[in-house]
Amino acid sequence: MSPENYIQIGTTLKWLLTTAWLLPLVGFMIEILGGYWSDRTSKTPAYIAVGCIGAGFLLSLVALFTWVDAADMNAWSAFTGSESQAVAHAEPADHYAGEEHVHADDHAHSEGGHAEAGHGHDANAHVEHHDQPNNPLATAFSGTYYKLGSFGTLLVSLDYYIDGLTVLMFAMVTLIATCIHIFAIGYMSDELTTHYEDHQVHTSDGKHFHRNGRFYRFFAFLSLFCFSMLGLVLAGNIFQVFIFWELVGVCSYLLIGFYVERKSASTAANKAFIMNRLGDFGFLIGLMILWTWFGTFQFANTEPGTNAQPGLFQMIRTAEGDLETVGEGMDKVALIQGRGSNKALVVEGDKLVQQQIPYWLLIAAGLGVFAGCIGKSAQFPLQTWLPDAMEGPTPVSALVHSATMVAAGVYLVGRFYPMFTPEVLLIIAYTGCITLFIGATIAVVVTDIKQVLAYSTISQLGYMMLALGVGGWMAGLFHLITHALFKSLMFLCSGSVIHGCHHEQEMTKMGGLYKKMPITCWTMFIGVVAISGLAIPLLTLPGFGALSFSGYHSKDAIVASALTFTSLNPVHGLLFFVPLITAGITAFYMFRMWFMTFFGKPKDLHVYDHAHESPSVMTAPLFVLAFFAAFCAIGGEGGPLAKLILSTEPAHVAVGFSESASLSFPSHHQIHANHATAGAVALLVALTGTLLAYLFYGRQVVDPGKVKSQFLPIHQFLKEKWTFDELYDAMWVRPVHVVSSWAVAFDKNVLDWFLHYLARLTVGIATMDRRFDELVVDRIVNVFGEVTFSAGKSLRAVQTGQLRQYIMFIAVGVVSLFVMLFVFLPR
Amino acid sequence: MVTLNSYLLVAAVLFVCGVVCMATKRNGIGILMGVELVLNGANINLIAFSKFGTLGIDGQVVAMFVIVLAAAEAAVALAIALNFYNNHLTIDVDQASELKG
Repeated sequence: MSPENYIQIGTTLKWLLTTAWLLPLVGFMIEILGGYWSDRTSKTPAYIAVGCIGAGFLLSLVALFTWVDAADMNAWSAFTGSESQAVAHAEPADHYAGEEHVHADDHAHSEGGHAEAGHGHDANAHVEHHDQPNNPLATAFSGTYYKLGSFGTLLVSLDYYIDGLTVLMFAMVTLIATCIHIFAIGYMSDELTTHYEDHQVHTSDGKHFHRNGRFYRFFAFLSLFCFSMLGLVLAGNIFQVFIFWELVGVCSYLLIGFYVERKSASTAANKAFIMNRLGDFGFLIGLMILWTWFGTFQFANTEPGTNAQPGLFQMIRTAEGDLETVGEGMDKVALIQGRGSNKALVVEGDKLVQQQIPYWLLIAAGLGVFAGCIGKSAQFPLQTWLPDAMEGPTPVSALVHSATMVAAGVYLVGRFYPMFTPEVLLIIAYTGCITLFIGATIAVVVTDIKQVLAYSTISQLGYMMLALGVGGWMAGLFHLITHALFKSLMFLCSGSVIHGCHHEQEMTKMGGLYKKMPITCWTMFIGVVAISGLAIPLLTLPGFGALSFSGYHSKDAIVASALTFTSLNPVHGLLFFVPLITAGITAFYMFRMWFMTFFGKPKDLHVYDHAHESPSVMTAPLFVLAFFAAFCAIGGEGGPLAKLILSTEPAHVAVGFSESASLSFPSHHQIHANHATAGAVALLVALTGTLLAYLFYGRQVVDPGKVKSQFLPIHQFLKEKWTFDELYDAMWVRPVHVVSSWAVAFDKNVLDWFLHYLARLTVGIATMDRRFDELVVDRIVNVFGEVTFSAGKSLRAVQTGQLRQYIMFIAVGVVSLFVMLFVFLPR
Repeated sequence: MVTLNSYLLVAAVLFVCGVVCMATKRNGIGILMGVELVLNGANINLIAFSKFGTLGIDGQVVAMFVIVLAAAEAAVALAIALNFYNNHLTIDVDQASELKG
């Protein structure tokens, strides 16, 4: 890529993705304003929404191919250029390492060398460069849409940051959203009425609640959600991410509470929103630390040249991806880098020193941002909102609470990876480890079909976090993409089942449905196999790797990363064994759900008799998603998807990095060495889980009821969701109640008493004042009045009405005046 | 020799006669006559001071005004007297005591 070419491609990508991002917003405006005034039975809002997001998908696809072409990925070389899986596996790291090491240190200079290195590459010739760092910034495009405000040299703006991860997320989100929009046209069709009867809401006179249909509103919210999610992915600075992060939260709130008249739905919406706020509090703290110490929110500034303001990633990492630290303990500081050969210098006293940030603050910033991810991605200890969020309509669960929004947390950890110190990564790994185990164990006992999928989502998100935390950057994001596809597929299948069974969600009332809804049954089978990570061992196709669906590859990558990490750091052995065992549990509960729903004898004949296959508008998206769930990860870690993700991998990940002797992270090379072992073990465990599920629920060799009664306390514990809700109730809600009862007592006994005392005092003073008024002021005034009155009364007698008398008075008066003049005036 | 004092004496006699007439007569017309006497007594004073004093023509002008005003006053007073007679069939001013306090 020459510099001109770089700018041209950057502009193209910017306009493609910006259009794809803003289209749903336009759709939202039209739907929410137009829908309110127009016919409630019209499907037009849905068509507008599908049109917007569908067009967004096409644009994203064009952007994806533009980017791949520009980055000179040659993504399909795994199929054309290499024969065996081993070479395919080794190739991506080599390919990038070889390509990027040419321009590892000077970005502007590297542009020229890029094409050269990319063209003549040969997988085997570059083996010696295996651990060379990747340079994701070379193929990233950043810029500013609009400056919100500047404070001296500090700048807050709306930016974009486009790299392989961005275009991939765009394609994934828009693809899934399009499928779900189409599915929702069928699923939400009972809202197409002016007289919707909500059977779950009773009015005070015992009848069902009636209201207008809200078809348009549902699609308006879906469009708004797509806009927010795409904005989150496209955002070029962490502050902008936060804005869209909140917008996504609001959309989630609106959609969970879609049936707002149902108490459970509005409570669930509140719960989701409040739980997320807890995480976002940490996020804000992280933002403040970053803003204070770095003075910018931008991820990275890829503008050619070395004088521009560097982004966060460039400031904290050297061109080789190293985090430079000085000192020990609390005095440890991380040095802040400049662009290229420029150093970030500050004046201290009378000399220039390199800018730095206390290491513990860097950890705090990382933990803060991760706290936001914990909330959004439903990680331990904030995971309890996600199962409740299943109160929303099923398409919402599929889009928002399995495929995209909850993935935003994982996405952000991946995107913000360069800012995380090894200590933070370890905490991320343990959080993921705990979460995946909790989620999987609860999923084993719940009987609501959507709840199984919800806990499965929590568990899988835990896997992603774990992978990111143990240094398997690619594995985590790989699983993010594959999981989004097969989980949205399974959610839509469950939606189809629920729709077909007239809103019956309890699996204990289903069974034998495969005859009634074969399409749903077999598309779901693909999803179940994918998430369980099953593969047919030893059977490999040239270039394809093991014959398996997408979940096998991504879970395999995660387990391999975990295994390598544990072998480097034996202290953290749990981080390998827990996910390994959970892989078996995953297979077990997934097949349990599938068998319980579609096989065995019908448990509730009423449900069974009325069940029917969904209309084609709902099954068509199932086929599309099933195709992608099966084949998106084709080729495993040498396949196009993995390579696309790898090309964006932060520079320091590939080589492995270490904090101290006790904590070191694996390199690609080391992970690859463990790949075969990890894959085999994981597959074995998954097969065991599948077999167990078959014995329990397929063949019914073992009666699950008996097992349940044998382990009743454990079952009860799991059924109560590890009693997290009760725990939080005891830890937070009840203490708050106690404290508030104290507050009430204080209020009543002290404040109220004081107020009453003041009131009584005022009344007393007022009474005295009144007395004074009556006895003193009034009396004085009365005296004046009385005197005037009596004077007037006595003078009244003079007015006799006798004319002659008046004249006499005048005459006498005049005479007496004269007399007085003579007597008193001096002559 | 007719001096200022002679004029003042005549005027004073006229004035006192007028006042006594107003104070003693019960007949409304009589009272009006007394008023005329008082006014004319004052007129004679004005004329006398215009002749012997420094008032000059001003005194005579004011006297003319007083005559005009006396005529107007007599006209109004006579109208009141006629009305009073209509209502009370008498012009005894002692009967007119409705305005007493």
